[in-house]
Amino acid sequence: MAAFDFSVITNNIVYFMIGRYPQGPLGGLGLTIYLAVVSCVLSFFGGLILGLMNVSHRWYLKYPSKIVIHLVRGLPLLMVIFWMYFLLPALLGKTVPETTTVIMALTIFTSAYMSQIVKAGIQGVPRGQMEAALATGLKPWQAMLYIILPQGLRNMIPSFVNQFVSMIKDTSLAFIVGVSELTHVATQINNRTMAYPFEIFTFIAVVYFIICYAFISFSRYLEKRSAWKKSI
Amino acid sequence: MLKYQFDWGVITSGKYFEWLVSGVKVTLQLSSISILLSFILGLLIAVMRMSNFKPIRWFAVAYLEFFRNTPLLVQIFFWYFGSYKILPEGINNWLNEHNFEFASAVIALTIYTSAFIAEDIRSGVLSIPKEQMEAARSSGFSYLSSMRYIILPEAIRLTVPPLIGQFLNLAKNSSLAMTIGVAEITYQARQVESYTFKGFEAFTAATLVYLSLSLLITFIVNEYDKRYLKIIKEQ
Repeated sequence: MAAFDFSVITNNIVYFMIGRYPQGPLGGLGLTIYLAVVSCVLSFFGGLILGLMNVSHRWYLKYPSKIVIHLVRGLPLLMVIFWMYFLLPALLGKTVPETTTVIMALTIFTSAYMSQIVKAGIQGVPRGQMEAALATGLKPWQAMLYIILPQGLRNMIPSFVNQFVSMIKDTSLAFIVGVSELTHVATQINNRTMAYPFEIFTFIAVVYFIICYAFISFSRYLEKRSAWKKSI
Repeated sequence: MLKYQFDWGVITSGKYFEWLVSGVKVTLQLSSISILLSFILGLLIAVMRMSNFKPIRWFAVAYLEFFRNTPLLVQIFFWYFGSYKILPEGINNWLNEHNFEFASAVIALTIYTSAFIAEDIRSGVLSIPKEQMEAARSSGFSYLSSMRYIILPEAIRLTVPPLIGQFLNLAKNSSLAMTIGVAEITYQARQVESYTFKGFEAFTAATLVYLSLSLLITFIVNEYDKRYLKIIKEQ
């Protein structure tokens, strides 16, 4: 058993955290968080649209969304990234930056999972709310927008936070197309220094863990609080 | 897009077809070995998690939280690049002589999946009424043997659908093993793409493999629900 030498971490700590920023592009943990936040915001809207289409009674909204959801959920994220990597340039007729490719792939992938959360949230609102809204003369889309969604979204918040945690973990796959987020930076430093893989990968595992665990604890706290509110 | 010439012949016969088939085989091998091992490990962790002895319970909680909250890719790299420092020399030598990539992927997938399986089993156990445990204990079973003979057999029946779901997750997650050079289906599709420039055909083939696997598993879960769980719920 060899001795551990964590000086490789302290020597490269700035590179781990922000890459070559401000001289060069943002990288490392900074890019990981950027990717996760941007994709999460986009996939919130993607999930909302897919989820609303899924609970619709109109077949031309319902079935396309069902097909997309089943298709995406049957595939590994890596496959979705490769598809974007080949499809986007072919469809747009020009090269697409890797970061955009990864954000698109993460958004499409996570939207399919978010849509299930949205669906469950909408179905969790008592039926009487919809009936009362329609009886007061609102149109179905108004009832959905002003009455059902505001109540449903509140119940969805803990699940959204959980999904954000999955998103942070999923951004590590951006490594495969060469986006220099935390995992990619770690493999770079590992290739350069050769001798400290244990220290490097333990360190980034701990970094991911601290961030994910903080958010998971937050979502558990939210869940407990909403359960307590409901009980009174 | 319009200039692209589709050529399905590339992937439906010959050398490249054989590559893809061998990729499917490796994916299935990797997933089945890992699901078996992670079921055993997950069962162990779940029992430890419910133990009354605090150090054991804390260990199980730390294990669950750590491995569920770090990316699988980082865990794969950890076992592939970094494990030689913490494993005894004998094991290292044995691994180097055998298929080290495959073994690292199995270790990483097993540990990652076992954490999820442990939580599935635990929620199965929690759904068993606690009178069952009390009855078992009062008729003279020890804690472990009442788990072994009374609670777990009931809980595992309820846990079968989520466990089959975990197998599907595992099959999808096994695609990450390509990053360390395990020649599973995604890796082979990538290979075919770089040899022939027929990316659409190659990735369509891999996509169809994953989709048929997921359809098959959804079908099995639904059938199981219909045949077995309905009977339990009706009783």
